[in-house]
Amino acid sequence: MYETTYHRPSSVDEAAALFAKGAEAKYLAGGHTLIPVMKQRLASPSDVIDLGRIKELVGIELSADALTIKAATTYFDILQSADAGKAIPAIVHLTSVLGDPQVRHRGTIGGSIANNDPAADYPAAVLALGATVKTNKRSIAADDFFQGLFTTALEDGEIITQVAFPIPAKAAYSKMRHPASRFALTGVFVVKTKSGDVRVAATGASQNGVMRVPAIEAALKANWSAAALDGVKISEDGLLTDIHGSSAYRANLIKVMAQRAVTEAG
Amino acid sequence: MGVEGIGASVVRKEDRRFITGRGRYVDDIKLQGMTYAQFVRSPHAHAKVKSIDSSEAMKMPGVVGVLTGQQIVDDKVGNLICGWAITSKDGTPMKMGAWPAMAPETVRFAGQAVAVVIAETKNQAKDAAEAVVVEYEELPAAADISAAIKPGAPQLHPEAPGNVIYDWAIGDEAAVKDAFSKAANVVSLDLTNNRLVPNAMEPRAAIAEYNEAEEHFTLYTTSQNPHVARLVLSAFYNIAPEHKLRVVAPDVGGGFGSKIYIYPEEMVALWASKKVRRPVKWTGDRSEAFLTDAHGRDHITKAEMAFDKDNRIIGLRVKTHANLGAYMSLFSSAVPTYLYATLLSGQYNIPAIYAEVVTVYTNTAPVDAYRGAGRPEASFLLERLMETAARQLKVDPAELRRKNFITTFPHQTPVIMAYDVGDFGGSLDAAMKAIDYAGFAARKAKAKSEGKLRGIGFSCYIEACGIAPSKAVGSLGAGVGLWESAEVRVNPVGTIEVLTGSHSHGQGHETTFAQLISERLGVPISQVQIVHGDTDKVQFGMGTYGSRSIAVGGTAIVKAMEKVEAKGKKIAAHLLEASEGDIVIENGEFKVTGTDKSIALPMVALAAYTAHNLPDGMEPGLKETAFYDPTNFTFPAGAYICELEVDSGTGKTSFVNFVAADDFGRLINPMIVEGQVHGGLAQGIGQALLEGAVYDSSGQLVTASFMDYTMPRADDLPSFKLNHTPTLCPGNPLGVKGCGEAGAIGASAAVINAITDAIGNNRLEMPATPDRVWHAIHG
Repeated sequence: MYETTYHRPSSVDEAAALFAKGAEAKYLAGGHTLIPVMKQRLASPSDVIDLGRIKELVGIELSADALTIKAATTYFDILQSADAGKAIPAIVHLTSVLGDPQVRHRGTIGGSIANNDPAADYPAAVLALGATVKTNKRSIAADDFFQGLFTTALEDGEIITQVAFPIPAKAAYSKMRHPASRFALTGVFVVKTKSGDVRVAATGASQNGVMRVPAIEAALKANWSAAALDGVKISEDGLLTDIHGSSAYRANLIKVMAQRAVTEAG
Repeated sequence: MGVEGIGASVVRKEDRRFITGRGRYVDDIKLQGMTYAQFVRSPHAHAKVKSIDSSEAMKMPGVVGVLTGQQIVDDKVGNLICGWAITSKDGTPMKMGAWPAMAPETVRFAGQAVAVVIAETKNQAKDAAEAVVVEYEELPAAADISAAIKPGAPQLHPEAPGNVIYDWAIGDEAAVKDAFSKAANVVSLDLTNNRLVPNAMEPRAAIAEYNEAEEHFTLYTTSQNPHVARLVLSAFYNIAPEHKLRVVAPDVGGGFGSKIYIYPEEMVALWASKKVRRPVKWTGDRSEAFLTDAHGRDHITKAEMAFDKDNRIIGLRVKTHANLGAYMSLFSSAVPTYLYATLLSGQYNIPAIYAEVVTVYTNTAPVDAYRGAGRPEASFLLERLMETAARQLKVDPAELRRKNFITTFPHQTPVIMAYDVGDFGGSLDAAMKAIDYAGFAARKAKAKSEGKLRGIGFSCYIEACGIAPSKAVGSLGAGVGLWESAEVRVNPVGTIEVLTGSHSHGQGHETTFAQLISERLGVPISQVQIVHGDTDKVQFGMGTYGSRSIAVGGTAIVKAMEKVEAKGKKIAAHLLEASEGDIVIENGEFKVTGTDKSIALPMVALAAYTAHNLPDGMEPGLKETAFYDPTNFTFPAGAYICELEVDSGTGKTSFVNFVAADDFGRLINPMIVEGQVHGGLAQGIGQALLEGAVYDSSGQLVTASFMDYTMPRADDLPSFKLNHTPTLCPGNPLGVKGCGEAGAIGASAAVINAITDAIGNNRLEMPATPDRVWHAIHG
């Protein structure tokens, strides 16, 4: 590791101000992405600004229409939340198959979506549920938020404060774990909204990260059932090929995981 | 069997310090004035080193020195060697290229060191290492066997044209040709034995200290065999004469073969400690372990089996290409030859065998022995062939094997090995019963009706361990003998120390060996200390690998104990005024048989050391040494059966059951044996389903961390059901065979046989990842 200055701001405004002052600052949430990268000497921020202890960034709120998770809430807290379990059990299930206990006790939803790892689980939930990402500057719709491999709509220094998930009529997440990293080799989140729309998001499959799957959305809108997807063919174009899975295999997984998620969603 | 004797599942003595964080591993050791080493490593798989500029690095804080490959060559430190001479079919010796500890001119695998920074702290060393500027001229790389042997391939070593190290054969080519010409059926199989990274939990580390006043070196190192390290460092690497070099292997966190070899980093640490006149410590990180620990396996094989009309095997023909990596590691030449091809008879009565092995240099990390070392490759090949044959010949896989089992012993195979004893049918019976083989067809049908693919697979393995005898291995090209030593010291007040040439890096010797003493001499194991791992304490030993320690190390202890007993009986007889022949040892007491006259061992010991009243002419003291050279290998064997289901939508495999029936001869500590089997099975299953070291075509290691290299986790594995079907080994007084590698040797074939059964496609390579299995199902 290189030398860096560690800060513990107690508010979002203080954090943003520290960021602006630093030569090359980085925010720290759970640390499971930033710290390993720093240990490998692949990143050397001048300042590390810890968002994890800012009270206004921690908590879960439930309204009639939305489950709002504040950005620095840990996965563990989500797992323990009765509100989350009641409102969107699919999110709780996703959280339970994410990482491992050590990751779940430290990792945060804000950190996950700000990083936008192409195999992360949370982007699939945010995109499929059509959530709204609120920052210290504005609100960003999920469809506008994810912009490619490790790229989001966030501007330099912008801090995610919370994510508001509209409560769906039906939802589920089915994940094929990458055997080594336990990220998503392919994970599919399916949603039937209260207004009858269908949104499906796949993570781990594409070189660009989380993506909508229009072919599956159309088939499910016509017929919400696993069988409705039997005849659907997913294109391999743009899908990842690596030692753990060919693009043909990932295309297959998009379909199979979607089918299993639909069955799970009921 | 007492509560702490042979056969008792005594809780391990060493665990107390391990699980309370009080182990003393190399990295825990701190010496006064210690400096830290960080290696500068080549990012290229094949390149010329044009220049090394350390001027900026030398100016950085805390830097004590920057040393290069040219300097180590100039100081006449010897090149690393391979210690087993293999001769090609045409009579020429193996073509060994030069391997300097740090590359002065040419790097041949990504991660090879070219320089080392020595600094006051580890971070200062790392910072300065980044400031060392190395100019490389990249060369084309040959990153796998086919790239290395094709015409026009880049040449790695001038000594080895075409990158071929040797082209060796064993067996009877003419007899095999004859068998195949008469065969009623021929079964062929092409298969790969996938390359593995050992990944012991503790990465390698070394601390070297030079005592200028005495011109004496001390090396603390993560070694499975500190005496071999001292021998090699002294005789071949010119570090120091043996009597001026102490090697200590303290607590070591796993080896699996990867810590047998004497690596560049240890050599450099020793040499550097004299150059900078400070102790030098190097602790590898996990990336370095992936890049530079000796890898395992990496064979490509074509195999064919000839059957007569009664489905008896009449011939076996094998052609293997084995990748040894960029340089020949210490044992590397023996692994795909004498540790592999000599096991190709398996459990079967095969009259004619012919095997050819071509070893190849590639721009990848050196490859050497890794848990099983050659025997997993042989067993996998044979057991996949047998299952393939059963399917082709339309015979039950258990019956085909049974028909061909060796049933009379001793049995001389056509490939050197002479099996002493065994009961292959007994193990197979036990395994079939344990898994309820009779009920499998119904279970498979039921699964099918539920849309699931269920399969069952067999693996009847045999292996050779306790590698021996010295004369035999010497005649086959080994540079060392393979005996073991033990010194049993009874202290004056009756406690016992056993100095063993074996080394425990997870095996539990401190407990098992103490049990041997407890059994014979009736001393509680709390009063027995097993001493190992220090060349200052134990005079010489060959270390621990190849599942040798109980058969060879344990027998050496028994033989030393016999000498102690004999002397003890003489002293007791003298003190009790009885005849020596009437003395027996019971519960730690020397008794005159048929009377109540006895004297406890501590009193006998005290008598030996006070020497007030010893038989005329007897020397004081009660301490005896034995060197034991076995007369044959031992042959653990068994049957593994695996039942599993494949999810046809994802290709993922889930275990239903995994049973083992192993013949390890006598078990000293059944709990430790079970632990060994579990670990071995985890590694065998890991190879079959999960693990695989992959290089891209430019020689970059793609699987260079746990994010891409899939290590088995507990939830990847089934709950194993172990059974024991022992036949006592006639070759040693304990009747033991060894058990450390069996699981890693036999498990893989059972898994692949079961998956191929489930999916109805016999073409499937390891690791059988969900991706590969799905493609095997769907195309």
